[in-house]
Amino acid sequence: MMAWAITAFDALLVALLLWLAWQAIHADGLFRAVISFMVFGLLMAVAWVRLDAPDVALAEAAIGAGVTGALLLSALGRLPERDKEAPADRRARGLAAVGLAALALGGATALATIAWALPAPGLGREVTEALPKSGVDNPVTAVLLNIRAFDTLLEIGVLLLAVIATWALGPMQWSAPARVMSPALPVLGRLLFPMFVLVSAYVLWRGGHAPGGAFPAGALMGAGGVLVFFAGAKPWITGAELDPWRWLLSLGLVAMLVAAVGVGATGRSFFEYPVDLAGLFILALEVAAALSIAILLFALCLGGRPPHRWGSEDEA
Amino acid sequence: MTALAWVGASLVALGVPFFLLGTLGLLRFPDVFTRLHALAKADNVGLGLVCFGLGLHSGSLAHALKLALIWLLMVIASAVGAGLVARAAIARGVKPWGV
Amino acid sequence: MSLYAVLAAALFFLGLHGLFAARHMLRKILALNVMTAAVFLLLVVLAERADVADSVPHAMVLTGIVISVGVTAVAVILVVHLAHGRGRDRGD
Repeated sequence: MMAWAITAFDALLVALLLWLAWQAIHADGLFRAVISFMVFGLLMAVAWVRLDAPDVALAEAAIGAGVTGALLLSALGRLPERDKEAPADRRARGLAAVGLAALALGGATALATIAWALPAPGLGREVTEALPKSGVDNPVTAVLLNIRAFDTLLEIGVLLLAVIATWALGPMQWSAPARVMSPALPVLGRLLFPMFVLVSAYVLWRGGHAPGGAFPAGALMGAGGVLVFFAGAKPWITGAELDPWRWLLSLGLVAMLVAAVGVGATGRSFFEYPVDLAGLFILALEVAAALSIAILLFALCLGGRPPHRWGSEDEA
Repeated sequence: MTALAWVGASLVALGVPFFLLGTLGLLRFPDVFTRLHALAKADNVGLGLVCFGLGLHSGSLAHALKLALIWLLMVIASAVGAGLVARAAIARGVKPWGV
Repeated sequence: MSLYAVLAAALFFLGLHGLFAARHMLRKILALNVMTAAVFLLLVVLAERADVADSVPHAMVLTGIVISVGVTAVAVILVVHLAHGRGRDRGD
């Protein structure tokens, strides 16, 4: 009885995801498209849970629906009105239906055949063998911060580059809402801020032995920061002094580089932690990486260099 | 299943109609204010029943408290969100239906 | 499980088509994100198929999600700059 229910649920989820993806690309009106994409992100989180990837689900829920949504909606507010209501291209739609169906069908068949024919040994056995020496019990955290820590280092580097790119384009592109629309909103911000810190710390701590860790925690804190910011809170650092920003933004990269090169001083190779201290190394790097990811995501959502004063002209 | 689990499962089942009716209202009600009114039923009562039922079903106090927290946050967020949407609609000059 | 592999393929082609067919740049960005989701989906589906539960693709997808939000942010901000037809100055 359970099996058909699960299959039905999967089929429903797949159909919804396809429809939302179609809406995100072809719906009339950009607002509708953006909202469809945000719902798509939320439902992807459900799909990750169905695929036994709860770590990914946590990050997707915070990033796909939270950070990306805030970013897209902020950008939408800055686009000219004529762009927003323009209908999607009808001619392309008609052609699309035929071409796309053929392409998708052919592609799906080819892909499924090839993927299923290939042997799939995976790296599960190797990771399981190395896990006792990695310092944590959650294999995903072990891969991210020990076995493939190099990837994480580069990933934080890419985020930093993205922030540098947006800052290079000029000052912030949108401001927090000019006047507070509801008296409940600032209260919500104040109420939620400690909540976000608490939940992020919990997710980070959990990452050592269960789904969670630096990425979901950082994403959650970043999304929380964005929410509190748009609820009218003003960060204590402004664009008048960029040095604190630079240090905070590069914190994760610097910490990971110090750890990677520092172990070299004791005659080890890049990112080869001492086995008995590995847990401590990972915890320290996770805290740094989570804080860094949070502030990097927040900076990305600002849409450019922070202003000298937060919304000073809007204060009544 | 224990008696507690049965009670939990029936509470979840009881919560589902609230979501159905809330969604129906969202689709069929005439203007933004009445739609918000319909949504609140799903968010507050429907989710409350589902969370309460799941908490009982899990049989663990820690899980039940986490679910209660989820419900509490959801209620706060939906109240503030509904208020913002309604205020934005009034600011744009949307007249309530039938007024 | 194979259902999700088909979903990955369909989403990829949906996104690929959107990338070329959509007129507005913001829609192209959304299409690119749909394609990214499809690739992540394929990675995780293949990880499920492995003989022993494999967490390396999960870690790769986690990294990828964060990277893709960085790419999206830069692209979106470029689109906003393009829409206002300016380089550095803010006077509009």
